[in-house]
Amino acid sequence: MQKETYTISVYSENNLGLLNRISTIFLKRHINIESLTVSNTEIENVSRFIIVVNMTEENVKKILGQIEKQIEVIKAYYHTNDESIYIQSALFKIKSNLLFDERQIQNIIKNSNAQIVTVSPEFFVIEKSGRKEEIEILYNKLLPFGIMQFVRSGRISVTKDEMKISEILKKQLN
Amino acid sequence: METVTKQNQKVNTTKKIKISGAEAVVKSLLAEGADLIYGYPGGAIMPVYDEFYKYQNELHHVLTRHEQGAIHAAQGFARVTGKVGVAIATSGPGATNLITGVADAQIDSTPLVCITGQVGSHLLGSDAFQETDIISISTPVTKWNYQITKASEIPEILAKAFYIAKSGRPGPVLIDITKDAQFGELDFTYKKCKKIRSYTPVPQINLSKIEEAAELINNAKKPFVVFGQGVTLGEAEEEFKAFIEKAEIPSASTLLGLSALPSEHNLHVGMVGMHGHYAPNVLTNSCDVLIAIGMRFDDRVTGNLETYAKQAKIIHFEIDPAEVDKNVKTDVAVLGNVKDTLSGIIPFLKENRHESWLQEFKKLYQIEYKEVIDGQLNASHEGITMAEVIETLNDKTNGEAVIVSDVGQHQMIASRFANFKLPKSKITSGGLGTMGFALPASIGAKMGAPNREVVAIIGDGSMQMNIQELGTILQTKVPVKIIILNNEFLGMVRQWQELFFDKRYASTVMTNPDFIKIAEGYGIKATRVSKRENLSSAIEDMIASKESYLLDVNVEKEGNVFPMIPTGATVSDVRLK
Repeated sequence: MQKETYTISVYSENNLGLLNRISTIFLKRHINIESLTVSNTEIENVSRFIIVVNMTEENVKKILGQIEKQIEVIKAYYHTNDESIYIQSALFKIKSNLLFDERQIQNIIKNSNAQIVTVSPEFFVIEKSGRKEEIEILYNKLLPFGIMQFVRSGRISVTKDEMKISEILKKQLN
Repeated sequence: METVTKQNQKVNTTKKIKISGAEAVVKSLLAEGADLIYGYPGGAIMPVYDEFYKYQNELHHVLTRHEQGAIHAAQGFARVTGKVGVAIATSGPGATNLITGVADAQIDSTPLVCITGQVGSHLLGSDAFQETDIISISTPVTKWNYQITKASEIPEILAKAFYIAKSGRPGPVLIDITKDAQFGELDFTYKKCKKIRSYTPVPQINLSKIEEAAELINNAKKPFVVFGQGVTLGEAEEEFKAFIEKAEIPSASTLLGLSALPSEHNLHVGMVGMHGHYAPNVLTNSCDVLIAIGMRFDDRVTGNLETYAKQAKIIHFEIDPAEVDKNVKTDVAVLGNVKDTLSGIIPFLKENRHESWLQEFKKLYQIEYKEVIDGQLNASHEGITMAEVIETLNDKTNGEAVIVSDVGQHQMIASRFANFKLPKSKITSGGLGTMGFALPASIGAKMGAPNREVVAIIGDGSMQMNIQELGTILQTKVPVKIIILNNEFLGMVRQWQELFFDKRYASTVMTNPDFIKIAEGYGIKATRVSKRENLSSAIEDMIASKESYLLDVNVEKEGNVFPMIPTGATVSDVRLK
């Protein structure tokens, strides 16, 4: 079976220790997590983990079974890239003088739909949101000018399908 | 959970009383009916032990000689009673010493609540004396764990712990309680936990799956059942028997399934797996429908997955959805507690007979008997065989004893030869294969089932892994019987060295102490037997004893366990020699 990129969404109680519990499921099976983001959701006290992995569908199903087995996990889903809307964010810190000395930089920023977040006498910071590949293109364009710092966030995504977590929670309590 | 509790508090009209967190631990245990617990005191758990002292007429605490002994005793208690076992220890080394037992209980689905003391919450993360991050350490081997830092959390969290440990597929829960939470005060009210909003212990039964499974079984010419501990944990022994009898299906047990069906039942065709019986292993690859009930297709059962029952349709009766398709792809998964799903399927089953198919098992059993069993039971050479010991024990206990075995050759022989008439009669460390399990587990088993004869079958190697628990027997006077099958080798490893490593016996030769003297030092009666003609009377004396008794049986030194499926081989290629 072919390996593919899957986005695993885990809806859970907002509890200390659950991140550890979920990450050990991957560690135990020697699976590398490509990115991991945890945030709150539209439902009070419910957190959402967004985990990006590259693996076969058969194995992603098994992993999902292990995740859903955890007491504080409400529901877990997996989606292919086509089934979700997803982005990542990146910050680039660059020396301020380049902004004036190297006019191309301004064009690069404009053409890549990036934004300047802050400018100081020493440095300025560019923010770029989008798919990983778009961020990589921008990175490669800026690289020759010198990047002081670069950081990229994990993936955040929403699914095209409805998730029905509130319904699940309601059903469980009745 | 939070919402549930809030609702509960509204309906709870019990008058509130202010007590310490430590006392709340004791009162919570009593509220759960856990009045027999195993443990070892230490600094960070002392407030709770102080309450044990005050409540000693209501709650019986058994002081073991090591925390590992405490948790295995709790496991033995849980396995023989079906109740939640409780083990308690202090922080740091006390807590880490529990871990082997926690991992064992996790892989063998044993309901446990483990309570550990922890340094004061203001010291967390400061590398304080006997501080260890037991929550992180225990996470991968617990069904659930939680660190309590406030006294007020104690009743709610312990209620949750007992509920999680026992419900659905059981497992161990570890609750770590900081010392300040034990000293702190709370208004105590206890409400049992019945629901957690993020947790579905038993999946909903799907009737169409039951019908699909019934149709496959009704049309099968060569149906074959492999049953595991799920039958025991679900207390579904009667439903299971009715199920296999109605459709006349030959049924084989996994290691942990043993005693869920009486050994002498005419449809019981033995044990599957690496050292299981010949017929069920061979015929796994001949059946047309394989019905797995409360088992998880462990690699010791399946051998090579690429060649495991490929010809058969697979039906899996299972409580844990994560087990479905994990190792073996199923055609029909019947989710739910096997007690409900089996009683649900019976009305859909046709009464059926499979006489010639059953004969195939009997024929292969005759081959195994001639090639393996006969030589072990009716040996004429010098040196008692392990099989003779188990056979004599069957005879002297009328097959009604609880057999607690450790890990190794003696475990496999005990599993192959013991005759089980009653449920919950076989307690052993299956998934984890924990040497040192049996002696403490037998203590817990005997305390859980005081009216049953409990016999620990232990190898000379395993005996020395938790031998200190003889001290627990001395102090509690628990009348467990101990048989050491002593071949002065780490027998199973030696067997592999003989078969696969050209007899290079690396570190498997044991120079043993005098077990009789050791037992006597602990005030336990003990005898040694090394001649066949004395075996019967020696076992008789042991069984007749009203007190604990140790029998050191010197067995043949280089006996091997057969049949055997070498690691990674196909089940039907099981070797008879």
